[in-house]
Amino acid sequence: MLNTLKNRFEQGNRTSAYPKVEIELPARYRGRPIVHEDASPELAAQCAAACPQDAIDAEGRRIDMGRCVFCGACERLSEGRFSTFTQDFKVAVAEKEHLLTRGSIPDLAAHSKKHFKKLFGRSLQLRQVSAGGCNACEADLNVLSTPFFDLARFGINFVASPRHADAIVVTGPVTTNMKTALFQTYEAVPAPKAVIAVGSCPLAGGPFRGSSDVAESLDSLLPVDLFIPGCPPHPMTNLHAFLSFFK
Amino acid sequence: MKSGFFIKVDNGKAVARNHIPDLTFDDFRSEAVYLVKNGGKPVQFFAYPEGEKLQLLTVIRADRQLLVGRCDAPAVYPSLTRQCEPFHLFEREIAEQYGIRPEGHPWLKMVRYHPNRRGAPDVFGNDYSQDIPGNYKYYRVSGEEIHEVAVGPVHAGVIEPGHFRFNCIGERVLNLEIQLGYQHRGVETLLPGVPPKRWPVIAEGIAGDTAVGNSLCMAQAIEALTGLEPDGGARIIRTIALELERIANHVGDLGALSGDVAFLPPANYCGRMRGDFLNMTLWMCGNRFGKGLVRPGGVRFELTDEDRGVLDERIAELKPQVDHVINLLLSTPSVRSRFENCGRVSTSDAEKLGLVGPAGRACGLSYDVRRYFPTEQYAHFGIHENVEPTGDVWARAKIRADEVMESINIIQSLLNMSVNTDPVEFTEPPPLAPDSFVVTLNEAWRGELSHCVLTDAGGGIQRYKVKDPSFHNWSGLSMSLRDTGISDFPLNNKSYNLSYCGFDL
Repeated sequence: MLNTLKNRFEQGNRTSAYPKVEIELPARYRGRPIVHEDASPELAAQCAAACPQDAIDAEGRRIDMGRCVFCGACERLSEGRFSTFTQDFKVAVAEKEHLLTRGSIPDLAAHSKKHFKKLFGRSLQLRQVSAGGCNACEADLNVLSTPFFDLARFGINFVASPRHADAIVVTGPVTTNMKTALFQTYEAVPAPKAVIAVGSCPLAGGPFRGSSDVAESLDSLLPVDLFIPGCPPHPMTNLHAFLSFFK
Repeated sequence: MKSGFFIKVDNGKAVARNHIPDLTFDDFRSEAVYLVKNGGKPVQFFAYPEGEKLQLLTVIRADRQLLVGRCDAPAVYPSLTRQCEPFHLFEREIAEQYGIRPEGHPWLKMVRYHPNRRGAPDVFGNDYSQDIPGNYKYYRVSGEEIHEVAVGPVHAGVIEPGHFRFNCIGERVLNLEIQLGYQHRGVETLLPGVPPKRWPVIAEGIAGDTAVGNSLCMAQAIEALTGLEPDGGARIIRTIALELERIANHVGDLGALSGDVAFLPPANYCGRMRGDFLNMTLWMCGNRFGKGLVRPGGVRFELTDEDRGVLDERIAELKPQVDHVINLLLSTPSVRSRFENCGRVSTSDAEKLGLVGPAGRACGLSYDVRRYFPTEQYAHFGIHENVEPTGDVWARAKIRADEVMESINIIQSLLNMSVNTDPVEFTEPPPLAPDSFVVTLNEAWRGELSHCVLTDAGGGIQRYKVKDPSFHNWSGLSMSLRDTGISDFPLNNKSYNLSYCGFDL
C-alpha cells in the first residue's frame, strides 16, 4: 500500500492542459509542409524525383499530404529552399483535395459538418478498425487514452462494439484480406455515422501503394469524412482533428 | 559444430551466390535436419525462383555460426518437419508462396491466405475469390460439453486484426488456433519491383513498433551489398534508437499486463512513461517510432551535444520512476499470484517450436542476437544472459522488466560518448553487388529479426525475405493457452504482444 502511494506521489499529475494551453513539439518533428514558390523549377523537379512517396507536384509546387510520409527528404535535399516542414501538427482536413497543399491548410472546424457537431459534440464513440497497417497508427491512437492526452475528458472514447459507435476510425491500406471485415464493421455502425481515415495508408496506400494486395485508398471504398495525414499522425494531430471536427 | 555441406557466413556480410553450395535435395535435407537436431535453429528457410526452376535456401544458426545451403526445390518433397519440428511454419510458408508440397507435414494449412506466386495449383485447395482468410475448417474438438469461441479479426480494442478460435470445455481451453494473414500487404513481392528510394520507407512499415529494427536489418543488408559504410557516430545512434524501441515497447506491455490483472496504477504510469521514451525517439529524428532515422549508410540525423544533454536528463529522470513502478508491479502479491504458473510453456516445447527473444528466454532458451551475432555497438557491451526457467506470464514479465533496466544502462553509457556523424540520405543509392546473398539479424524487442536479400545478375533484388520474431512465437502463445482458463487469454496475449503485421508482411 505504502509502495502504491509513494509511486502515486512520484508520478504526479501528467494530464496536458491542451487545448487551453498550446503544445509545442520538438524541432525535428515534421508537421505542416510549406512549399516555397520561388524555388527554381530544376530544384522542384529534383525534389519530386527524390521523394520516396512521389508526393510532390513539381509544376504545381504542391505536396500531397495524403501520400507524404513526412520524412523530410525534400527539405533536406533542397536545404529548405523548396520546402520546409513546420512544427504545426494541425494537418487534418475534411476534403480530400485539401491534402494537396502549398503550405496553408483550411480551418478544419469551419469545414466540419454542422449535424456532426450537433450529434456528436458532447459524446463521440469511436470504433477502430485496423485494416492492414503497421500498428504505428493504432499505437498512437491508443496513447490518446493514456493520462497525458486523456481523451475521455472530452467525451470521446474508443468502444468495443461497432453497435455502440458513432464513427469508425480506419488505419491501414485496406488489405484484400480485411476488406470484408471492414465493410461488415461499417455496416454494423448505426447511422448517422462518420468515417475517419488515419495515416498515410488509408489516404493513398502509404508505403504500400501499388501493391496488388491493398486498396488504392479508403475513400475508393467508403465515404470518408475526415482525413488525418502522417506516418503515423502524431497523437496531437489526431486529438486536434477529433476536437475541431466534432466538438 | 562441424558442417559438412553448408558454408559459414557472417551476419551482415555479403557473399557471392555461387559460393553457397548447390546441393542435391537429399544432402540439403539431411544437413539441415542434422544441424537442427543437434541444437541448431532455422533463421531463414524460403524458396525463390531461379530461371525456370525454384530453389530452396536455408540459414541455420548453430552455436555462434550462421550456416547456409541451397538446393533445387522438388515440386513435392518429404517434409523436414516430420523429423525436426522448428521447420513447421517455414514449410507452410514455402507451400503457400510457391505451391510446393511438403509431403507428410503434420499440419499443412495456409499461413497468410493468398494465391501462390507461380500460378501453380494451390496446395491447400483454397478459392481466393472469397476474401476471408478464416475461410477454412478450423481444428475442432468434439464432445457433448465442448464449446467454441471465435474472436476477430476485428477485436474489442485498438489492435491489429487476427482470428482466434478457442475450443473449450467449460472455462478450460483445450486448443487455441490462431489464423493471421489479414494484414498481408505483399511486402516481399512489392520490394523487388519498386525504386530503391522506397525501400527504407517500406521497411519501416513492416511493423511500426519495430520500425528501427526493420530499417536496421535492411540498412545492414544494403550496406553489405553496396559497400556503404556507416560511421562510428551512426552506429551509436542506431544502437540508442534500437534500445529506446525495446524500452518503449516493454514498458508499455508491462503496463498493459498490469491493466489485465486489474492493477491500474502501474497500467497508467507505464502508459505515460512509454510515451516519454517514444518522445525521446521523436527528439532524435522527428518521429515517435524512429521512422526516417536509419538509412543504408548511416542515419539521417546528428546527435549533438545538446541533444545528448536533453536525452541524458530525461533518462536520468525516468530511470528511478521506471524502476519504482516495475518494483510496484512485480512485488504486489495479487499481481504475482496472477502471473505465476499462468500460460506455461516448457523448455522442450519452446525448443521444438523455436521460440526466440523474451518469449524464448522466459522458457530457459538464452539466445539473444546481441550476444551471439552482435551488430552496431553490441560487441562492446557485455549483454547479460537473461533467462527464467518457468515459461509463464511471470517469467515473460520478469525478463522484459530486466531488459528495460539493462537497456536504460546501455543508453546512458552510450550518451556519455561524444557522437560525430555525417547524416545521409538514400535518394540515389549506389548499385547492388550482382549475384550476391546477404542475411542480417538483429535482436529486435520481440527477438530475432532477420532480413535476407538475393540479387540477380543485373544487381536487382531477386528475392527479399523478411522474418519477424513473431513468425516463431505465435505458436508459443497457442501453446500457453493449452489447459489455461480462457479468461487468462488477454494476459497471455499481452505477455507476448506479438506482431500481426510483422508476421503477415
